[in-house]
Amino acid sequence: MSAIIEGAAGTRHLLMGNEAIARGALEAGVAVVAGYPGTPSSEIIETLARVSGQQNVYVEWSVNEKVAMEVAAAGSFAGLRSMCVMKQNGVNVGSDFLLHLAITGTRGGMVLVPCDDPGALSSANEGESRHFARMLEIPLLEPADFQEAKDMIKWAFELSEEIQNVVMVRSVTRLSHASGNVVFGQLPDVEKKAFFEHEGHLLDSVKGPMSSLPVVLKHGRQQEKLKQVIAEFEISSFNAYSGPRAPELLVITGSACYLYSQEAIRLLGVEDRVGLLKLGTTWPLPPKVMEKYLGTTGQILVVEEVIPFLEENVKIMAAELGSKIGPKTFFGKREGYLPQTGEMNSDHVTAALSKILSVAYEAVPQAYSVRAGELSDAGAPGRGLTFCAGCPHRASFWTIHNTLQLDGRQGFVCGDIGCYSMAILPTGFNTLKTLHAMGSGLGLASGFGKLGQFGMKQPIVAVVGDSTFFHAALPALINAVHHRADITLVVLDNSGTAMTGFQSHPGLPVDASGSEAPAIDVAKVCEAMGATVKTSDPFDPGKTQQTLLELFEIKGLKVLVLKQMCALSPEKKAQKMFEVSVDEKVCLGQACGCNQLCTRIFKCPGLNWDKEHLVSRIDEVICVGCGMCASICPSGAIRKKEVA
Amino acid sequence: MQQVKLPCDPYNIIITGVGGQGNVMASRILGNMLSRKGLSVTIGETFGASQRGGSVMSHLRVSEGSSWSPQIPRGHGHLVISLEPTEAMRVLATYGNPDIKVLCNTRSIHAIGVISGEQQYPDLADIKSWVAELSEAAWFMDATEKAMELGNPILGNIMMIGAAAGIGELPLDREDFQAAIAENLTADKQELNLKAYDMGVGMVQGAACFMPRNTPPSSTDNAYS
Repeated sequence: MSAIIEGAAGTRHLLMGNEAIARGALEAGVAVVAGYPGTPSSEIIETLARVSGQQNVYVEWSVNEKVAMEVAAAGSFAGLRSMCVMKQNGVNVGSDFLLHLAITGTRGGMVLVPCDDPGALSSANEGESRHFARMLEIPLLEPADFQEAKDMIKWAFELSEEIQNVVMVRSVTRLSHASGNVVFGQLPDVEKKAFFEHEGHLLDSVKGPMSSLPVVLKHGRQQEKLKQVIAEFEISSFNAYSGPRAPELLVITGSACYLYSQEAIRLLGVEDRVGLLKLGTTWPLPPKVMEKYLGTTGQILVVEEVIPFLEENVKIMAAELGSKIGPKTFFGKREGYLPQTGEMNSDHVTAALSKILSVAYEAVPQAYSVRAGELSDAGAPGRGLTFCAGCPHRASFWTIHNTLQLDGRQGFVCGDIGCYSMAILPTGFNTLKTLHAMGSGLGLASGFGKLGQFGMKQPIVAVVGDSTFFHAALPALINAVHHRADITLVVLDNSGTAMTGFQSHPGLPVDASGSEAPAIDVAKVCEAMGATVKTSDPFDPGKTQQTLLELFEIKGLKVLVLKQMCALSPEKKAQKMFEVSVDEKVCLGQACGCNQLCTRIFKCPGLNWDKEHLVSRIDEVICVGCGMCASICPSGAIRKKEVA
Repeated sequence: MQQVKLPCDPYNIIITGVGGQGNVMASRILGNMLSRKGLSVTIGETFGASQRGGSVMSHLRVSEGSSWSPQIPRGHGHLVISLEPTEAMRVLATYGNPDIKVLCNTRSIHAIGVISGEQQYPDLADIKSWVAELSEAAWFMDATEKAMELGNPILGNIMMIGAAAGIGELPLDREDFQAAIAENLTADKQELNLKAYDMGVGMVQGAACFMPRNTPPSSTDNAYS
């Protein structure tokens, strides 16, 4: 991955969108980078962390996105270029600080990079960060391809310094996680010197203290600067038009949707009828550019994902320019030509264009589609999401579920974000009953834990991962202790931010760049707050169940830390703990009272049911040797032998 | 850099499989090999929680021109490299067309619905015949089995890249493969991967694994052309 810094200016490389963003930041001379892991954004910081030493960049995985924004802003206040990276909902987390920062302004260039996930390909929401740009009145840029992802980041730093405010560059999954060719620019040789000027007057934006006070005056200054932004946007080469001089239909788009729109126009062969306006600067919209192109036609289709943000802004501008450009007919999400949920693709755009322009389109002969559909019904059974083979979460939820059943008072589990979110599905025995934001399981449990005075007797359990514990569970933990909520918190400690690729967090003795760092002990934190704390290994279901039952009997906040490393962690993958096998003579198959407990209920992907011989089998390609299935087999047919 | 010609532009490749089979790695290496030929390559893929045990797909768009969208339009695949047999069927239903070619690893990976008995996994013979019916040409090989002989089932993905080179459809060279893996792997791993690649090239040379299009039972000529 050192190609990111070794590649000379002018050389061409195949880069992931996130790597292109990282390279752009390096070309801009970034000094401070902070963020919190989240798909599809994580590789930006990972890439920069790997070269942080050689490039003299401070890179950290912050405890959460709000702190990440504050850390990045500190760099900016001290005159350095800084960048802050997160997935879409991270902007929500940081927005309280950002609201103040946007009025305060910045010094060294500061760029905020949220990576949205339209279609929720790896999220529990498909919320968008773009609305924050309009709400907080900061410039918004949206790259349409990999080269732009790099080039736009560099420009965003320059723009930020020009207007002394944060600039948002929004990426999406199909750009961040896609790859394409990028031509490198020069890596600068700049001196990075940090000093915070604060001796000046409150109103001195260069030498005074950094604050949003007095609010109305500073807010006014912020809006004045936006005029400068508009002037820059009017002449930006990131906005480009292709198509006839007076098109029948104008398509306005940006981000990855540009490539979808371009392809749809080509698929239908309507290049001579449709104009394509690609906008890279999507808020605030540049009025002269908009007047020029809106004036060329009477019909407009806006292509974007997810909800109609650009479409609404274009409509406002069309109304403002009404006397100059005349009335327009809009086709878009609000008119039902394109979906307002899920991600965009060229098929959606092709369908919309085909309808508007009355051009027939058939991707493949109908006979083929029909037959392929019939055959795939039988030929491609769906794949339900599952915890990996050997995942400690499967073992943890097995025991939590069984313990609540045994308790018999209809207890339930509140969860949040991580691989363990999947415990709301059959792979986690449908154990989770609430699933929302980071840390929300514990917050909800804290509330449920106070409902005893209204007759609630159900045992209440919250689960939280180790990284999430630090990110957002601490305030809820304090709340639960202080208000004597009767709940049990299970910390699913798998020693890393596993879902997003093992990024470091404050509980680990290492930081983003791989240097040693003081680790904060989850159990000790909980103890210090006054909770009753126990620890167990989820691969020991007997002890775990016994401990949970004991904790249910204690009043107040109880914490059980279930410690077992993620099955995908490099350490675990290096060697199996056990060789696992099924003793065919002992497995009673369907004659056993367990009714195929291992494959029918536990269903680890490492197990298979041999229909011919009516016994369970271990799939040696998939089994990672955790040995948990040996612990649950009632007849002892599954054997585990420790690997020397 | 030599001038290379593609059978069509953009040329659309789909690498498919199940999370954990090395799909993303395969798409990176293949993309890197084609990019080394001076071609413009766009790779669209998804990874994260949605891929735990789920179907995984990478879309490669290869062009003598510029970047294409990271998602292939419906019905526009040219070559499918499938690391798992039922995943080939899933891809054909959305991206298939009468001219598509398929390379398919025959080692099955059962979804949890199949393990629990709620779903049926189709017979391999049926899948082969269906894939052959929906494609212009198909090759089937047990790459995982061969990879286990080399000591690690994950090498099945590299064998499939070798197989893709072996059919001679695209400008894929052994030297470019070596250069592509040199960027990511240590020397000892490079040797093993090169061995897997060569085995993959060899697998598609004989007639044993090749299946030309078979016509559906109900028709006497090719129903889809």
